[in-house]
Amino acid sequence: MIRVVIAELRKLRRPSLLLGTIATVGGLTALFTSIIFLMIDSENGNSERGERISAAELSNPTGLINGFQLVGVFLGIVSLCIFASQTAQEYSLGTLRNLLVRQPSRMKILAGKFIAMKLFALVMVLFAGALSIAISYALSGRAKVDTTSWGTSAAMQLLFENTLNIFISTLCYGAFGMILGLLLRSPISAIAVGVLWSLILENILGALVKSTVKWLPGFNFQNLSSGGGLNSSYKHSLAISLGYLIIGGGLAAILFKRRDVAN
Amino acid sequence: MEKAAITASDLTKMYGDRAALSHGNFVVPEGSICGFVGPNGSGKTTTIRMLLGLITPSGGTATVLGESISHPEKYLPFVGAMIEGPAFYPALSGRENLKVLAELGGFPLSRVDQLLEKVDLADRGGSKFKTYSLGMKQRLGIAAALLPNPKLLILDEPTNGLDPSGIQEVRGIIRDLADTGTTVFVSSHILSELEMICEYLVMLREGKVIFSGRTQELLSGQKPIIIAKPEYEVDLNTLAKKLSESGFTNSIVNGSLHIEAGQEASAAINRMAFEAGITLASISVVLPTLEETFFEMTGEN
Repeated sequence: MIRVVIAELRKLRRPSLLLGTIATVGGLTALFTSIIFLMIDSENGNSERGERISAAELSNPTGLINGFQLVGVFLGIVSLCIFASQTAQEYSLGTLRNLLVRQPSRMKILAGKFIAMKLFALVMVLFAGALSIAISYALSGRAKVDTTSWGTSAAMQLLFENTLNIFISTLCYGAFGMILGLLLRSPISAIAVGVLWSLILENILGALVKSTVKWLPGFNFQNLSSGGGLNSSYKHSLAISLGYLIIGGGLAAILFKRRDVAN
Repeated sequence: MEKAAITASDLTKMYGDRAALSHGNFVVPEGSICGFVGPNGSGKTTTIRMLLGLITPSGGTATVLGESISHPEKYLPFVGAMIEGPAFYPALSGRENLKVLAELGGFPLSRVDQLLEKVDLADRGGSKFKTYSLGMKQRLGIAAALLPNPKLLILDEPTNGLDPSGIQEVRGIIRDLADTGTTVFVSSHILSELEMICEYLVMLREGKVIFSGRTQELLSGQKPIIIAKPEYEVDLNTLAKKLSESGFTNSIVNGSLHIEAGQEASAAINRMAFEAGITLASISVVLPTLEETFFEMTGEN
């Protein structure tokens, strides 16, 4: 399986994907982290849904991760798009037949792909975290935020937990994208369905029937990213997310294993 | 008895009520170059995909290099294949595309440059696949098929998009491989090419195997034709009439008479023309080409 991972990483490090991801993740991270510090005095708020985070709050250990946390859900969406396109393109380009001739075990192909994309997602999350922290330090002076507590062990603990949560959430979104890629076999369809569902349809459903929120995949993936507490506990979101991924992943894996490769 | 590289026994693939391949039986001897011919939609690619474990048969069995096709992992490391044209990642270079497959198959990366050299792509190996011409894409596909240093090479239309010198190069590669003991199973629409290089043929029509055996056996089983050309074209109809009266089935094709008869009838035909006051500029006996035989057997026009 290690050979599948190495081959997949070679595909993932192609300049168009790598630079595109760096630009997107870098841009989003810079935007959201900057908003927190540059709009600190804005009456419209400087965080999610018009929430205000003051300089005093930013001076706490949590101030180190506020920007990173804000961009977490968008890292999930980026991950969804990458996982979906990398999986579905094997069908649309017709390259799956080449892969299966060189590695006939379909489950090894699937697992190797997932591991490689997990590594890619980890690098993406670490890059976003590092950039967010760098921007936070750079803008702290202008926002009159005291950064003394950012170097404490409490801040480091928060940073570690937050990075892990965002990574887990990113993996959930990515696995969701991969399942869609396997089922729909078209990058455009898989990305469109995934993004529409996560960013629009779930919000409409949640607004219409509030009780559904706890049970929808996107909300739970997002809740994992923020460490729980949006609408339900972290444990609940983890269980629901795993449930969705085991059922969806199992179905997609069975289809992938049994389906004829006729294109 | 010759050892078989591929055997198919009642191999069948159904799509609903339609049989893409129905009870296919054929053998490809080890070390041979075997042509795989049939009109579009006759089941060639479906058969190749079943042999490579990409499609599950609806019935029957087949073996590749002595192993059942239900265990492709046992023989695919020794098989090179190009199926239905080259498929690669457009944003990766030709070299990177080959490296992806080399890493996947566990082949040394040093083979990549050797193969790019072999298919005359060494100077364009660093260019993105999407910038390649059709012929270059085809050559990269052949290089990918050669990655495992295969015991069996399966090529589906390898000369599509190649210019005459490219076709000649592919023919040379196939011959070189066969000389080293590699079995080559090749489908092509250029039947004259197959006739030149294939000792064996498998012919399909509407999902059924209508011939499997030596090319020579197929061609020698066909009726020969005598082509007679009168000195003056105005004599064509007179001679055609005389031949018909004597029981020779004939037709006028491009200023010559094509007469369904063998060598033994040529003297009689020559005499008949002489007695009618017609001088023949030429008379020769020819066996039908593979192309003519193909059209006759498949009912294609």
